Amino acid sequence: MTSWDRFTDSFFNARVAAEYLPKIIDGFWLTIALALCIIATGLTAGLALAVIRSFSIRPLNWLIIFVVDLFRALPPLVIIALLYFGLPSAGLTMDGFTATWLSLSFVLMAFTEEIFWAGITAVPRGQWEAARSTGLGFLPTLGHVVLPQAIRMTIPPLTNRTIAITKGTALGSVVAVSEILGAAQAGVSFSFNPTPLTLGALAYVVLFVPVVIFGRWIETRFAWKR
Amino acid sequence: MQDFLNAFFSLDIISQAWPILLQGFWVTLWLSALVIPLGLISGTVLALLSTVRSRWVAWPLWAWVDFFRAIPPLVLLVFIYAGLPFAGFEVSAVGAVALGFFLNTGAYYGEILRAGIESVPRGQLEAARSTGLTRWQAMQHVILPQAVRNVLPDLISNTLEVVKLTSIASVVALPELLFQARQAQSVTYNASPIMAAAIIYFILLWPVVRLLSRLENRQLAARR
Repeated sequence: MTSWDRFTDSFFNARVAAEYLPKIIDGFWLTIALALCIIATGLTAGLALAVIRSFSIRPLNWLIIFVVDLFRALPPLVIIALLYFGLPSAGLTMDGFTATWLSLSFVLMAFTEEIFWAGITAVPRGQWEAARSTGLGFLPTLGHVVLPQAIRMTIPPLTNRTIAITKGTALGSVVAVSEILGAAQAGVSFSFNPTPLTLGALAYVVLFVPVVIFGRWIETRFAWKR
Repeated sequence: MQDFLNAFFSLDIISQAWPILLQGFWVTLWLSALVIPLGLISGTVLALLSTVRSRWVAWPLWAWVDFFRAIPPLVLLVFIYAGLPFAGFEVSAVGAVALGFFLNTGAYYGEILRAGIESVPRGQLEAARSTGLTRWQAMQHVILPQAVRNVLPDLISNTLEVVKLTSIASVVALPELLFQARQAQSVTYNASPIMAAAIIYFILLWPVVRLLSRLENRQLAARR
C-alpha cells in the first residue's frame, strides 16, 4: 500500500462512509433542529429584553445589563457544563439537547439584546419626540417608528452573531447530543477509521458555507454608505 | 435552597479544588497568550493577501476564509486531534489547539483586518506611494495603523471570543480552567468547581465586555 492509498483508505474509505452516512445525515437534521430552536428562543428573548430595557426602569435595567454581560463573558461550553454536569448534583437532570439549547439561547439572547439596544439608542431622539407629538403612545412609537429603523441597522451584526452562535451546536457533542460532530465521533470510535469525521466536516461545509456566504451578502446589502 | 447552595457554592469543595483551578487558570492564560498572536499573524497575512488584485490569489483566499469560517472550531480541533494520527501525524493537544486556532481565528481576524484596510481611502495608498515608499512600507506605516484603529472594537470583540473559545481545549484533555473544573466536579460529585470556574472567567472577562459595549454603542451611534 502506498502512503497515498493509506491516506484515502483512512479518510475516504467508501465502506465506512456508506455505513455511517445515515448516522451523519441524522446528525445533520438534529444540528438544524437545534440551531432553529436556538435562533427562535435566543432572538425572541433578546428582542424582549431590549424592549423592556427601553422602558428605563432603573433596577430592571441593571439586572438586564448584568445578565447580558454575564452571558457575553462566559464561554458557552462552561454554561453547558454547568447545566448538564452541575444541575444533577442539585437533583435536577437535563438532557444534552436541552442543556445545549438553553445555554446557546442565553448567549444569543445576550448578544441580541446588546445589538438591538444599540440600534434603538442610535435612532435619533427627534424621531421619538416627533412620533409621540402626533399622539402615538410609547409602545406604538417603539413598534412602528423606532424598531423598524433599529432592526434594519442591526441586521448585519445580528446575522453574523447568529451564524457564529449556531456553529456552537457542535459543543452539544460534549454532552452526548448526537448532532453532526457527536455522530461522527461515535462513528470513528466504532469503526476505528476517521472517515466519519471527514463526512462530518463535509456536512458542516454543506450546511454553513451557504450561510456564511449569505452573511457576507447581507453585510454588503445593508452596508452603510460612507 | 440549602441543597442548591451546597451543590453550587460549597466553599469547602471550592477551597479543596482551588489549587487545581488555579493551575487551570494559568493554563488558560498562557494558552490565550499563544493562540491570540497566532490568529493575529494568520489574519494579517490573509488581510494583506486580500489587497492583491490577482484572481489567482483572490479565489483561493476567499475559499480558505469561508471554509474555516464555516467549520465550527470544535469540529476542526477534533479533526486535527483525533483524525490526523490516522494519517501518520501524531499531534499533541497543544499542537492541535494551536493549529486549529491558527486556521479558525485567523480567518476571523483576517476578515476584520480586511474590512479595516478597505475602510482606509485608496488615495492614502497612492499618496504614500508617491512619496517614494514601497508598497510594503506604505502598508506597514500608513494603511495598517489606520486600519487597525478603525476596526479596533471588532478586534477586541474577536479576541474576547478567542479567550472564551480556549475552553474547547478541555475536549482534547488540555488541562485549562474548564478541564480542571470538570475533573474536580467528577471527583467530588459537586458542581461548585464548575461554578467557581465560571466566576473566574466572568471576573477575567467582564471588564472587556464593559469596554466593548461602550465602544460598540459609540460606533453604531457614529454611523448615523
